[in-house]
Amino acid sequence: MTWTPVCDYDAMLPERGVCALVGDVQVAVFRTYDGALHALANRDPFSGAYVLSRGIVGTRKGEPTVASPLHKQVFSLVSGRCLDEDAVTVPVYPVRVAGGCVEVSV
Amino acid sequence: MNRIVVVGYGPAAHRFVETLADKGFDGRITVIGEEPRPAYDRVALTSYLSGTSAEDLTYPVPGGVVTRLNTRATGIDRQAGHVVTGDGAEPYDVLVLATGSAPFVPPVPGAEHAYVYRTIEDLDAIRVAAKDAAEGVVVGGGLLGLEAADALRALGLKAHIVEMSPWLMPRQVDEGGGSVLKSHIEELGLSVHAGAGVQEIVTDGKGRVTGLRKPDGTVVDAQVVVFSAGIRPRDELARSAGLAVGERGGIVVDSAMRTSDPAIYAVGECALAGGMIYGLVGPCNTMAEVAAEQIMGGRAAFDGADLSTKLKLLGVEVAQFGAMDGALDVTYMDPVAGVYKKLFISDDARTLLGGICVGDASPYTTLRPFVGKPLPAPPSDLLFTGSGAANLDLPDDAQVCSCNNVCAGDIRTAIAGSGAADVAGIKACTRAGTTCGSCVPMLKQLLEKSGVEVSKSLCEHFTYSRAELFDIVRVRKIGTFSQLITEHGQGRGCDICKPAVASILASLHNGHVLEGERAALQDTNDAFLANIQKNGTYSVVPRIPGGEITPDKLIVIGEVARDFGLYTKITGGQRIDLFGARVEQLPEIWRRLVDAGFESGHAYGKALRTVKSCVGSTWCRYGVQDSVGMAIALELRYRGLRSPHKIKSAVSGCARECAEARSKDFGIIATEQGWNLYVGGNGGFRPRHADLLAKDLSTDELIRTIDRFLMFYIRTADRLQRTAAWIESLDGGLDYLREVIMQDSLGLCADLDAQMEHHIATYADEWQATLDDPDKLSRFVSFVNAPGVPDPSIVFGSERGQIRPAVAR
Ligand code: SRM
Ligand SMILES: Cc1cc2nc3c(=O)[nH]c(=O)nc-3n(C[C@H](O)[C@H](O)[C@H](O)COP(=O)(O)OP(=O)(O)OC[C@H]3O[C@@H](n4cnc5c(N)ncnc54)[C@H](O)[C@@H]3O)c2cc1C
Ligand code: SF4
Ligand code: FES
Repeated sequence: MTWTPVCDYDAMLPERGVCALVGDVQVAVFRTYDGALHALANRDPFSGAYVLSRGIVGTRKGEPTVASPLHKQVFSLVSGRCLDEDAVTVPVYPVRVAGGCVEVSV
Repeated sequence: MNRIVVVGYGPAAHRFVETLADKGFDGRITVIGEEPRPAYDRVALTSYLSGTSAEDLTYPVPGGVVTRLNTRATGIDRQAGHVVTGDGAEPYDVLVLATGSAPFVPPVPGAEHAYVYRTIEDLDAIRVAAKDAAEGVVVGGGLLGLEAADALRALGLKAHIVEMSPWLMPRQVDEGGGSVLKSHIEELGLSVHAGAGVQEIVTDGKGRVTGLRKPDGTVVDAQVVVFSAGIRPRDELARSAGLAVGERGGIVVDSAMRTSDPAIYAVGECALAGGMIYGLVGPCNTMAEVAAEQIMGGRAAFDGADLSTKLKLLGVEVAQFGAMDGALDVTYMDPVAGVYKKLFISDDARTLLGGICVGDASPYTTLRPFVGKPLPAPPSDLLFTGSGAANLDLPDDAQVCSCNNVCAGDIRTAIAGSGAADVAGIKACTRAGTTCGSCVPMLKQLLEKSGVEVSKSLCEHFTYSRAELFDIVRVRKIGTFSQLITEHGQGRGCDICKPAVASILASLHNGHVLEGERAALQDTNDAFLANIQKNGTYSVVPRIPGGEITPDKLIVIGEVARDFGLYTKITGGQRIDLFGARVEQLPEIWRRLVDAGFESGHAYGKALRTVKSCVGSTWCRYGVQDSVGMAIALELRYRGLRSPHKIKSAVSGCARECAEARSKDFGIIATEQGWNLYVGGNGGFRPRHADLLAKDLSTDELIRTIDRFLMFYIRTADRLQRTAAWIESLDGGLDYLREVIMQDSLGLCADLDAQMEHHIATYADEWQATLDDPDKLSRFVSFVNAPGVPDPSIVFGSERGQIRPAVAR
């Protein structure tokens, strides 16, 4: 597994996402209120725009989520599953902190 | 009996097959329909002209049902047991005729050039014809005719209504109600020719319609003529198959919906039940359910139905329920307000028989369920106070939803037994409220009375309404979302409550929306202080107060757009929008604009948007006050004010109203003596004209009144509720609003004034403040790990000499 550095963990705002370019893959990385990290594909499957990293982070029945900023469909940060439309899922990527730096693997 | 064939695919056929499917029918169901699509919501047909798509109107086909669309049944061979169509025969064990009715077109010369108003295709044809027309006329001033005339008006035509009877809607209202109705209809801009028939549709040499000749010889100019002069049941199939039909049409059925042939049923508008044709969807649905139950071995029966109606014409309420006469009647008439209400009562003055309302249909909702029952209060109370019946308890057998035949008792059972906790739940359980919607206020009342706490919750994280949260934040002096959700909510928030709370915090404290934790609460537009577009880029709208701008500033906007390759467009808000900026370009664009004296126009915020203006007294020969100066002053006073929804305004320099101020949340129209203030207008999906709040105000009075109006709205409105809906939701409406903000009946005014002063004193341009803060600026990158790299997914094509979003390959 190869890890690509994204940014300093401390530079990430709680409850907000950032986007990293890994090769030609766009990865949306989120830091939730409890300090946990999650990484999803940045592409919103409903609109085709690369925007998920800019959605509002929250919870639905305890599960951490992000809402697409375009049409507000909600995705699980854990599974990538769209909680509003059963059949739709976005890819999820491994993410970790190493030496204070956030890293993802694509 | 395992092959059921239905002929006709309208609402009745749909309800029939749906009921069969619900009851677990396991044979073969085939529906033969002549229209190109499955059944659709004909009651909502008019909304097709205002943008509802045919797909949205169309009902889903229940699983397992075979449809043969675009297919007309041409005969029934009862001996062989099959239905004949153009391309073969469809064998049946049970046949259900649901052929509905056709509009009646009187046999006058030229009638072949007229349109009717019944199907999606009819509306398509009318829409095309209206394109080259200036005036249109509808023949028939009944419920449907008025709806059709309003549709012509919405298509931009001057619309006329020709009605044979001396007044409109003769089947629903009496003469007194008719005269009040006429003045309402005329106020909408429709012209009414009552007591007049049609002699001829006049055409020019080329067969184009030019008008309608009345029997007195006069001609109503019109290029589009629509007949809405009643319906005729489509009984031709039944007739040719030798089934019994009525003298004036309609397939004769018994209370089980069976025709004279026991293997054939008829339901809906084609059926003659108890000697009546029912032209309303409610009874048609009931017939469909009865037939389905009977076929499945049940014992349901159809024994007549409520013909109460309520007109859906925007702005004019007309309703009739129960009987249209009685031994005694009580009338309330206020020609100034345009209200006419009448109740019919039994001779012992005890039993409510029916009623008519024009201009205020509240008795329809509250009293309809009491028809045939003891009067719940003295008639004068019921009529004069309007809300007199609001607190009455409905008997269980009172019908609440006439479209779907649901009684108060059924709804109580749904609430208590099946745990329906809101209107959506009741709809799902009982179907009440799902057709015309006029019973929904009643459903809410039943919910409230049953002790169910009607959920005002913002979302799963807060059990409070926005107004309650506003008070909690204000009174407890809460400064952050974390504090609020920890102390008063659960979970960690979502895209509904976070922006709502962000807006409350901004209204109350007016700090920068991207400061500290607040940055994580904002929708993407507020987070990037720009408007997101479909391809993930943003648009930038600098403030142009009142729409006034110098040539130098125009040149700067042009240069910025050129240098960054942005698409430019003049907006509907009298300013200029620059589209196609990537996130990392936003600060550079703002820098250029801010240096030239521009600031954020808050096009992205639920905040004050624009105050539009007309030319006003400075230049215009009619102007009586300086509308531009006033618009600029107001826009600068309220800029940056965050609110439950966006707020728009406009100022016109005289009564000609070129700024369209009455379509705004607050609109100002100059008078010789000062300013008239209108509130609660909007455009959008459901346009509404603002109402006059106060007349001839001085400039100081005007500003003080608007200050209070806005602050009271910000405190008490729901999330995403514009001022129009908010005022409607206030108990007491506009009068109450006047009491609170002009007579200070709640003793709130000093507080509201202080809050507005605070806002004005602490306003700062959000773009400038972001440019001044390296921390906030650092978030404006496409990629954190490659800050200089533009997003490769964003590519543009070109159109009319400018960029447009394209798809990356
Ligand atoms: C840019 C503009 C169209 C244009 O090119 O003319 C526009 C663009 C949008 N309008 Fe509008 N509206 C624009 C003038 C209007 C007007 C005309 C006016 O303001 O005089 C109206 C009708 C008046 C009114 O609001 O009452 C209008 C009624 C709406 C509505 C319906 C509001 C309603 O209460 O029904 C929405 C939807 C909403 O806000 O929820 C909407 C929403 C939008 C959104 C925000 C849709 C979205 O979520 O993306 C569009 C933002 C695109 C963007 O990047 O700016 N827009 N929109 C206009 C911006 C004016 C400005 O300078 O700020
Ligand atoms: C604009 C408009 C507004 C209305 N508003 C209201 C309202 O507010 N409230 C209310 O209660 N009612 C309203 N109505 C009336 C309501 O729509 C009707 O009562 C309802 O549509 C009747 O349903 P139906 O299925 O019996 O007949 P229809 O809707 O007429 O359906 C019959 C179908 O059968 C098809 N058909 C007929 N003969 C054949 C054949 N031989 N072979 C194949 N197919 C055939 C027809 O093409 C049609 O699609 C409105 C009607 C219109 C037109
Ligand atoms: S009307 Fe307004 S919201 Fe709709 S597409 Fe045009 S700009 Fe967008
Ligand atoms: S009365 Fe029409 S939906 Fe209930």
